[in-house]
Amino acid sequence: MKLITAIIRPHKLEELRTAVGEVGVQGVTVTEVRGFGRQRGHTEVYRGAEYLVEFVPKTKIEIAVDDPLVERVIEAISKTARTGKVGDGKIFVVDLEQVVRIRTGERDASAL
Amino acid sequence: MTALSRSFLCALLALSAPVAWADPPAEATPSSAPASAPGPAPQAAAAGAPAAAPAAAPAAASPPASPSTTEPSLILNSQINSGDTAWMLASMALVLMMTVPGLALFYGGMVRKKNVLGTLMQSFAITCLVTLLWYVIGYSLAFTPGTPYVGGLSRLFMNGVIYIKDVAAAAATKDTPAVEAVIGKVSVSHLGVTIPETVYAMFQLTFAIITPALICGAFAERMKFSAMLWFMSIWSIIVYAPIAHWMWEPGGWGATAGVLDFAGGTVVHINSGIAALACALALGKRVGFNKEPMAPHNLVLTVIGASLLWVGWFGFNAGSAVAADGRAGMAMAVTQIATAAAALAWMFMEWTVKGKPSVLGIASGAVAGLVAITPASGFVMPTPAVIIGIAAGVICFLAATSLKKALGYDDSLDAFGVHCIGGIVGALLTGVFASTALDGGQAGSVVTQLKGVLATLVYGFVVSYLILKVIDMTIGLRVTEEEEREGLDVSLHGEHVE
Repeated sequence: MKLITAIIRPHKLEELRTAVGEVGVQGVTVTEVRGFGRQRGHTEVYRGAEYLVEFVPKTKIEIAVDDPLVERVIEAISKTARTGKVGDGKIFVVDLEQVVRIRTGERDASAL
Repeated sequence: MTALSRSFLCALLALSAPVAWADPPAEATPSSAPASAPGPAPQAAAAGAPAAAPAAAPAAASPPASPSTTEPSLILNSQINSGDTAWMLASMALVLMMTVPGLALFYGGMVRKKNVLGTLMQSFAITCLVTLLWYVIGYSLAFTPGTPYVGGLSRLFMNGVIYIKDVAAAAATKDTPAVEAVIGKVSVSHLGVTIPETVYAMFQLTFAIITPALICGAFAERMKFSAMLWFMSIWSIIVYAPIAHWMWEPGGWGATAGVLDFAGGTVVHINSGIAALACALALGKRVGFNKEPMAPHNLVLTVIGASLLWVGWFGFNAGSAVAADGRAGMAMAVTQIATAAAALAWMFMEWTVKGKPSVLGIASGAVAGLVAITPASGFVMPTPAVIIGIAAGVICFLAATSLKKALGYDDSLDAFGVHCIGGIVGALLTGVFASTALDGGQAGSVVTQLKGVLATLVYGFVVSYLILKVIDMTIGLRVTEEEEREGLDVSLHGEHVE
């Protein structure tokens, strides 16, 4: 099992949800986050006072999947979240030790 | 913030308790009438008190009790003009709406989120505080004859502001000769003889409320709440009331000299703006000023606030005719036109200089235009209004963006840059464009206007700065650095918004 974490452009979220749903993903956790990467921030001006906004708003999604699905999910995310410009985001994949469904107590693959 | 301020407020409320309504006033000169300062000549009264001029005409025509033009008096209830009164009741509510919630939201949206409640609280608390002070002493100091520099004490606790309809009510006063004199009568101010004095006093109260509330923009995000209450109380009595008296009371020196201020360009805006500069200098910069981002947290609130100010301003300017007449209509028209011109002027300036037309910019421009047309509104025609608006938009833009940066003070929300500078632009251009073609209008003089502006700047700055210094030496002006970093909402008020 793997935990796939992706940082994407906020406006790509709906498209991505549809794509991973088609692949067979059963659940996604979404968080609004801010951060910086290669993409520069932008400048805002309020009555002549300029502020550099260094942390750009992004959306973080977390998906726990069984091993056979990993590549297809990565592919679905890459395809939908890509615009080709700096700031499209990143995908992190890490090993997942255990999964527990709280309602039933099921473990691991059957809990996904 | 604690014992001191609480006991102060308790004292204020206690002061308000001995209601002085019981003694009906004689129609004769109040005891506090000036010995040294003779009442102004009628021409001077008409010249100096634009508000009184049109209103006086119809009242003077009715023979039974022609009201005095130099001091408050009693007239028969039937002489009250219901149209004027209805408009002035509405105007009072409109101008109150400018402060709460208009100005509160305008400023509240511009501060950081950790200070939004503290900023709203300032406007709200000032509204309550000044209301009681106005009732106790402010109204009397501003709008009774007194001397050319400050009014008398004949209306302390609104003594003499009455409406006695019938014998039964009057008899409760236990003073038969006096009762005979007041049955069926209502007191009117000499500045608005067709409406009850209650309405005039409350209408003027709303001006006395918004003026100190405007100052809050200069010391946003760092002033102690208790220090603010003290400052506003003292300022309201020894700065606002006298300056209102100078310019609006027919016997005030400014009115006698012919300084034109229809709705408060000098009394409200230059006055609050220069006090704002005194605050910015006396308090110093916010922690992290020019180092940390201090962007507005919610410009939606600011736009709603600016829009409420705009709507309320029709009560402010058209209401200052103290009548529902042609002059009020012209004041309304030029207010709308100048505001639109100023908003667009600021927007295009910003677009040209900074690259983007911002929402904060157009809203700020609208407020600058409203400020600048205020002194001119009962004196000018639509075309000068466009010029005044454009001048205000361009000059206030430069004041808020370049002047502040060049001089380095932290006038956080540009109370000085918009209100003082915009007020000066309006006051001087009123001297240029005042038209005799308007009913009650008259020719203006830039030199006379400049006298009024300079006197207000000097008196306002010096006295405001002294008040601030005294407060700083006694209870302190600023919150601690830790409280400032945490935000005023939590540190001063024990609340926060998500």
